[in-house]
Amino acid sequence: MRAWIGRGIVFGLLAFVILGPLANLVLWAAAEQWYFPHKLPVVYGTKFWEQVFKPRGDALVSLVTSVWIALSTVAASLALAVPAGYALARLKLPWRSAILLAFLLPQAFPSLAVYINIARLFYDFRLNGTMTGVIMVHTVHGLVFAVWITAAAFAAVDRDLELAARNLGASGLRTFLTVSLPLAAPGILASAIFVFLESLDEFTGTFFVGVPDVITLPLLMFTASIAGNYQIAAITALVLLVPSVLFMLVIERFLKADVLSKVGA
Amino acid sequence: MQDRGRLGVLLVAPALAAVLVLFVYPLGYSLVTAFQAKGGGFTLGNFAKAFEFYSVDIGFTLVIIVVSTLLIALAALAIGGYLTLGENPRAVALLRWLYRWPLFIPFVVAAQCMRTFLAKNGLMNNTFVGLGLLEVDQTTGFLDWRGIIITFVWKQTPFVALLVAGAMASLDRSTIEAARNLGAGRLRILFEILVPQVMPTLVVGLILSFVTMMSVLSVPLMISGESPTMMTVDMAFRINNYGDYGTANALGFISYLMTATCAWFYLKRQIR
Repeated sequence: MRAWIGRGIVFGLLAFVILGPLANLVLWAAAEQWYFPHKLPVVYGTKFWEQVFKPRGDALVSLVTSVWIALSTVAASLALAVPAGYALARLKLPWRSAILLAFLLPQAFPSLAVYINIARLFYDFRLNGTMTGVIMVHTVHGLVFAVWITAAAFAAVDRDLELAARNLGASGLRTFLTVSLPLAAPGILASAIFVFLESLDEFTGTFFVGVPDVITLPLLMFTASIAGNYQIAAITALVLLVPSVLFMLVIERFLKADVLSKVGA
Repeated sequence: MQDRGRLGVLLVAPALAAVLVLFVYPLGYSLVTAFQAKGGGFTLGNFAKAFEFYSVDIGFTLVIIVVSTLLIALAALAIGGYLTLGENPRAVALLRWLYRWPLFIPFVVAAQCMRTFLAKNGLMNNTFVGLGLLEVDQTTGFLDWRGIIITFVWKQTPFVALLVAGAMASLDRSTIEAARNLGAGRLRILFEILVPQVMPTLVVGLILSFVTMMSVLSVPLMISGESPTMMTVDMAFRINNYGDYGTANALGFISYLMTATCAWFYLKRQIR
C-alpha cells in the first residue's frame, strides 16, 4: 500500500508534465474567453470552431493544401522507394551500405541551413511558392523512412516463396507484382504513414520554400499563434494532432518485429 | 549476375539522384557560400560577422542542445529502466501508456502547447497557485531558453526512450536475474548491467535528436524569439530581412560543425 503512495506521487507528477501541456491546448480550443486572473476559461463555446471550419475559410484551404501535399509526397516517395528498397533487399549492389547511408543524409545534417539554399536555388527554377517545390523538399526529407522501411519489408519476405513462383514459370516482374509486393505491403504501408505524417507536420522546409503562396496547416497555426489568436492556434493544432496520435496507438500493428529488426540492416 | 547488378543500380538510381540534387547539392552550395564574399572571392568575413552579431546565440544554442541531450538521456534511461526492471506490472503498463504521448506530436504543436502551458499565467503556474504551492505574485514564466529546453526534452524523450526500452527488452534476462539473486539493487543493475549494453542504441538516438533539435525553427521562434535565442532564428532573420546568405550560411556551417563534433565522439567510441 505504501509503495502505491510513492508511485502515485511520481506518476501524478509525470502525468502532469506529459499531459498538462496537451490539456492546456484542449482548454484553449474549447475556450471562448480566457483572461487573467481566471485559472480556467471564463466562457466555453464553439464560436472559434465555426470560424475555423467555415466554408472556404483559411483553415479549410490550408487543410486541403496540407493533405494534398502529404498525399503527393507519399506517392513520390513510394515511386522512388519501392524500386530502391527492392534492389537494396534482393539484388546485388555495389557499395550497398554507402547507398543506405546516403538516404540518411537529409536527417544527419541540420536541415534548416540546407533549406535556405534550396529556396535560393528553387528561385531560379520558379519553384518557390509552388506545391511542386514543397512536395520535392518533403519527399527528400521523408525518403530515409520510405527506403529503409521498404527495404526491410522486402528483406522480411520469405525468399522460398519467390523462388517457388519462379520455378513455376513466373517472370521476375510477375513474381515481384504477385508475390513480393503483396507480402511486403504492410511494411510499405507503415513507411507511407511515416512519410505522410512527416509531410503533414513539416514546418521549416515549407517556411522557406512554400511562402508566401503555399500555406500549410503548421504554417497557419504558427501565424495564428504569433498573432496571439490562441483559440485558432489550438484548434488547428488539435486537427494536426489527430493523425499523429492515431498512428502512435496503432504503430505496432503495422511495424512487426520481423520488419523492425531489419531496418537499416 | 552482371545483369542483376545493373538492374539494381538502375532501380536505386532515381531515389539516389533525388537525394543528390535536392540535398547534397544545396548542402555543398551552402558550404561554398559560407566562405564567399558578395563579389565572389574567398573570405572569412561572413564568420567574423556571424561571431560579432550572434556569438551569444551560438553559445546559447550549444548550451540549450547539450543540456537538453543530457536530460533526454537521463529521462530515457529512467523510463527504459523502469519498463525493464519494474516489479509491479500495473505500474509498468501505466508508464508504457503514459510516456509515449509526445512521440508523434509535431514540433509546432509542442511549441504551441508549451507557449500557453509555461507562460506566467499559464496552466502550470495556475495549477501551482490553485494547489496553494505558490502565491499569484510569486509566479514566473518560463518562456525563454529554459522553455526551449523543457519543450525539447518533453518532445524528444519518448523517441529515445522507445529505442532504449526496445534495446533493453531484447537483452538476455539471465544476467539481470543473476545480479538480482546476488543482491544487487535495481539502480545498480540499471547502471552496471543494462546501460553499458544499450549504450550504442542510446547514443544513436541521442545523435538523431541532437541533429533534429539543431534544425528546429518553430520551437525557438514560438517560445523565445528574442535574444538570447537559437541560431536557427538568426539564420531565418538574416534571410528574411536582409537576404544575407553569406552570414546565414556561416551560421549554418557552425551548426554543421557542432553536429560533426558530436558524431565524431560517437565514431571514436565505436572504433575504440
